[in-house]
Amino acid sequence: MDELLIILQKNACAAHADIAKQLDLSLEEVERKIADYEQRGVIRGYQAVLNEDALNLDTVTAVIEVKVTPERSGGFNRIADRLSRFPEVRSAYLMSGAYDLLLFVEGRNLRAVAAFVSEKLSTVDGVISTSTHFMLKTYKRLGVLMEPSHEDERLTISP
Amino acid sequence: MKTNGSPSLHDRLALSVRDIPRSGIRDFFDIVSTMRDVISLGIGEPDFDTPWHVRESTVFAIERGATHYTSNLGYLELRQALAGYVHKKFGVGYNPATEVLVTVGVSEALDLALRAILNPGDEVLYHEPCYVSYRPVILFAHGVPRAVETRASDGFRLTRAMLEAQVTERTKVLMLNFPNNPTGAVMHRKDLEEIAAFARERDLLVITDEIYAELTYDNAHVSIASLPEMRPRTLFLHGFSKAWAMTGYRLGYACGPAEWIDAMMKIHQYTMLCASSLGQKAAIEALARPDGDIGAMVDEYRRRRNFLVASFQELGIECSRPAGAFYAFPNIAKFGLTAKAFALKLLEEERVAVVPGTAFGACGEGFVRCAYATNLEQIKEAMQRLQRFLKRLG
Repeated sequence: MDELLIILQKNACAAHADIAKQLDLSLEEVERKIADYEQRGVIRGYQAVLNEDALNLDTVTAVIEVKVTPERSGGFNRIADRLSRFPEVRSAYLMSGAYDLLLFVEGRNLRAVAAFVSEKLSTVDGVISTSTHFMLKTYKRLGVLMEPSHEDERLTISP
Repeated sequence: MKTNGSPSLHDRLALSVRDIPRSGIRDFFDIVSTMRDVISLGIGEPDFDTPWHVRESTVFAIERGATHYTSNLGYLELRQALAGYVHKKFGVGYNPATEVLVTVGVSEALDLALRAILNPGDEVLYHEPCYVSYRPVILFAHGVPRAVETRASDGFRLTRAMLEAQVTERTKVLMLNFPNNPTGAVMHRKDLEEIAAFARERDLLVITDEIYAELTYDNAHVSIASLPEMRPRTLFLHGFSKAWAMTGYRLGYACGPAEWIDAMMKIHQYTMLCASSLGQKAAIEALARPDGDIGAMVDEYRRRRNFLVASFQELGIECSRPAGAFYAFPNIAKFGLTAKAFALKLLEEERVAVVPGTAFGACGEGFVRCAYATNLEQIKEAMQRLQRFLKRLG
């Protein structure tokens, strides 16, 4: 992967001038490359990685395994796209194994998620069955540990 | 503990120890450790965590009860893995039964290597600026250190001419360390061929400390042990501290001719017995899955190196572009302070710690060592503080 993307994936806020210095590029080259990635849809957006547990939000997140009937034309894509458009669905993946689609669904509370599953998700044409698991605690998201990292234990000066 | 006329304890210390100064790094550490909010570019070890699979395997080793003495040479399984790694990575074959010794870091290996070879008065050629222990371990082994000064104008590379100027009839050993601490210098194949020819003509033994071999940023590393006719006269030293970020495990190794390894093993068996069993188990795991973690670390170090060198350039500081290890060795002579005074003033006024070049040999005067084994945010902040500092210096 392009090192520029590795840097941005770790820190989307990295100053472009700093990126240029790390990659031996000019500032203009860095900005042109980023604009190009954005335009081509390689970079889809920039988000903060939140420790939601620390915000004491009362929202709940469910991980839902969904079995569906693939269609003659288009396979899983059309139904996956249809499910992904619900704003409650935060992430959606096609999986190998015992079920087909894995959805990460967020709701105000347990009742809201339950309503989404029973009233919206299950009633979509092609959905055969669902299995819902509620998330209890987040330890790591997007490669970031949620507990503050430990102190640097190294000596401040060493040979 | 002085009692009626008997000499003081100080006077009874071995002269070979008493007369050697403490490491300049140690003195500087004592000052830094009293201060708060210091950004340290003085740390000579990786800021990366030891790869998790290695740490996890250490826990497993404890559970399985791998907590006893091992063979003096080290677990055979580890020596086999080391021989395999060295052959694949450096292109030199060693017999794991007789030509590989597992040690407590490269530091022990270096000590053993010199004690196994030197008689009092034998001379050892080594290049400065260099790792802080080189001169002391030669003296502890009753050898005579002969420093060869490398220069910023040559990118701190060693040349045959420099060695010619210092070699004598008593010279027995040549010590090398590339990629180099503290300068970040590397030696390309043609540079090493020149040195190897010199060693063969002068019939010198060579000890090559290649602890930073995996950390090169522009070209692949070449070991002098892999050059024609060098293997029989060369002792290759390596370890897990830098590329695997395992400094606290204290695990190194030596590969070389069986007679040399056997002599080292004699000292090792009577003084150390064996390297830590847990460290050895961890090393086996580290070698079983070597490449993924290291590749990402190397890329990150390279980006920081680029950042640091570009920052020095912006600040008008001369710095030979380091191509290996994780150190830059900028020239600060033009600011009119000694290396030590510069480092102390920078520490006191801006809370940035760098190591005075003189800690690595007298020819390090006018330079400071800046390690980039620290995250980019810290390096960036350090450079901003340095800029303020230099502005005031005028």
